[in-house]
Amino acid sequence: MKLDFSPEDELFREEIASWLAANLCGKFDSIRGRGGPGDQHMFIDERKAWEQKLYQGGWTCIGWAPEYGGRGATIEQQVIFNEEYARAQGPGRAGHIGETLVGPTLIAFGDQEQKDRYLPEILRGEAFWCQGYSEPGAGSDLANVKTSAKFDDTNQQWQINGQKVWTSLARESDYCFVIARTDSKSVGHRGLGFFLVPIDQPGVTVRPIEQLTGTSEFNEVFFDDAHCSIDDIVGEPGDGWKVAMGLLGFERGVSTLGQQMLFQNELDEIIVLAKANGSAQNPQIRQRIAEAHIGLRIMRFNSMRVLSSKETDGSLQKEAMIYKLYWSSWHRNLGKLAMDVMGSESEVLEDGPYQLNRLQSMYLFSRADTIYGGTNQIQRNLIAERALGMPKEPRG
Amino acid sequence: MNFKFTDEQMMIRDIAEAFLAQTSTSAAVRQAMSTELGYDLQLWRRICDEMCWQGMHIPEAYGGLGLGYVELVATLEQMGRYLCCSPFYASVCLAANALLVAGTEDQKLTYLPQIAVGKTATLAYTGESGGWDSNSVKVTYQKQGDSYRLNGSYRFVPDGHSAEILVLAARDQDTQGDEGISLFVVPANTPGIRREWLPTMDQTRRQGQLQLDDLVLNSDAVMGDVGQSWAQLEQVLDLGRIAVAAEQLGGSQQCLDSTVAYISERVQFGRSIASYQSVKHKCADMMVKVEASRSAVYYAACVGDQFFNQTSDAVGLAEAASIAKAYSSEGFFHNAGVGIQLHGGVGITSEYDIQLYFKRAKSTETFLGAADYHRERLATLLLDTQVAL
Repeated sequence: MKLDFSPEDELFREEIASWLAANLCGKFDSIRGRGGPGDQHMFIDERKAWEQKLYQGGWTCIGWAPEYGGRGATIEQQVIFNEEYARAQGPGRAGHIGETLVGPTLIAFGDQEQKDRYLPEILRGEAFWCQGYSEPGAGSDLANVKTSAKFDDTNQQWQINGQKVWTSLARESDYCFVIARTDSKSVGHRGLGFFLVPIDQPGVTVRPIEQLTGTSEFNEVFFDDAHCSIDDIVGEPGDGWKVAMGLLGFERGVSTLGQQMLFQNELDEIIVLAKANGSAQNPQIRQRIAEAHIGLRIMRFNSMRVLSSKETDGSLQKEAMIYKLYWSSWHRNLGKLAMDVMGSESEVLEDGPYQLNRLQSMYLFSRADTIYGGTNQIQRNLIAERALGMPKEPRG
Repeated sequence: MNFKFTDEQMMIRDIAEAFLAQTSTSAAVRQAMSTELGYDLQLWRRICDEMCWQGMHIPEAYGGLGLGYVELVATLEQMGRYLCCSPFYASVCLAANALLVAGTEDQKLTYLPQIAVGKTATLAYTGESGGWDSNSVKVTYQKQGDSYRLNGSYRFVPDGHSAEILVLAARDQDTQGDEGISLFVVPANTPGIRREWLPTMDQTRRQGQLQLDDLVLNSDAVMGDVGQSWAQLEQVLDLGRIAVAAEQLGGSQQCLDSTVAYISERVQFGRSIASYQSVKHKCADMMVKVEASRSAVYYAACVGDQFFNQTSDAVGLAEAASIAKAYSSEGFFHNAGVGIQLHGGVGITSEYDIQLYFKRAKSTETFLGAADYHRERLATLLLDTQVAL
């Protein structure tokens, strides 16, 4: 058991850090630290241009195998990349869904034609993706999706009808991956398909959802006779659940350490504020700041453990299952701490009518953390059933 | 970076688990608890002679095995899990660490080989104030020529009534805080030392109190620089905190495991109570506490190794120790408390072991500073100093 990175990895760290220092400046200055959770819809053109800049430096999709244009970076290198990226206040990655979800999914489950068609444009930062999973009636119960996909024999294409919800970046994306029911008589996780659907077509309507922050990161996406080609189903009809679950497995990996650097930036901001406004003298605030520090450090150690013990097939051990519940609860508490450190000033906006500062926005949006991506209640069910082997919930 | 046990460390852990599952059974623990000594001498001899655990991280030059803090922590975790009653913690994690950190070469050569073959030892520093910081050092020394005269009393000394070698902290009269503190090492049977057992709520771990009445020591008993030893003592305490946090982790894991085992058998309203969400969610929270505690403890163990290899400084050690101790203290207490609740009525009987863990959780939580003490220590680093963590 050892904590140090190898000399080669430290060289890699210097390489990415100096590249970021040399390139994340000038016209990209305005997007430093922007576009993170709750802010993903902001500065989208600049952030897309930034993706292309990253590509030119060889810094997109570094975890992909060289045959797909990646660097085949080791887990350690991906960890280092994410840490340095967040340390440099790199903007929220407009291309993260393509790079971390769609790419690995196509590499694992797609056919050659799909790989050839979609991977290069993700790599180059030219095509952007969003995720069509949740529906009004399929939140925690994801297998209850009602969106349908019918094969249209005349036009030799798939026809999609239904509604998705909580779709981040939908307005800014070129494609949406959609789970839809290919067998209209099926229920649950059987009879689903996984589709690659272009957004820019008459059958797709995107409507922003205004959130408690007054901003709209999330959207509803309506499919009314939308279509995608015969080649745009990943796997066979009926394989959708398998592909969708495989994709969720890619979601909890090395990006966690980058997320933690963002959290560290927030905690640092709170500490600066506490020192400045005197709340650093309040014994209870001191306890809570220390507790936040403890929680964040342990979050990092958790990730290091999980990444070190990742099975060779890429699957995570059961200990990794605590991650979502842990970070979301921690971050929600951090939001409240931020407001309590701000004290009475926490109520006062930067500007009217509803211009929140970064901590206010984080405080409000952190209430979403314990809901999206599997609520805390669902996480506890999963931990109890899958990690502790307790009996499964009876299904209705 | 490779933040997992090596195969050899796994083997050490597995051997410890197998040995303790067999020897530190509920019946054995209860037998040891009922004695004033607080442990079974026969089991202690087996630990020393067959397992050689007490020499684990002592360098080979001083008669030990020369392994690291990670191996020690892996073993301690299992000792905590099986509530092993022994003088191991006091001898190795307090006294041997004190000798390694602050002892002179002569003292290391004299005492460490003795500990490595099973002589018992402990560290006494805190007194009636019940605190754990430098101000809690109340015993005083007076320098008289080449010798030192110590007076005062200690409380909360692990195995203080029975240990054979004592490391004592005392302060120069009229000093306070971090100033004027010295460490001494002496055989416990030196005249001027009175000792007695301090009966405690947690019976799996003995505490003693010591009274020093004109204990006269020569300068060869002094560890480190006279009057300058608080910094070193704090490092020893941090190493001790990591060790106790490792025991807490093991206890915390056992609370979860024994609770899940119990509720899986228990049937009410026609089904296993483990199938109710209100119960499952409590168990999920227990698992979060266990795994987070594990991460904190293993990290701190690595820092312990770095400290001994001189690749981590005292601040890094302090931070890691306070994180591990604060989190594991609350995690263990939480899991023991929830464990009792989920056991239902039998949880509050003496027959079931969960109550033993509940008591151990509280005694280890208090020992060497509870969570609020360590959070304030971290807050000082974060808010009052310019140190980068």
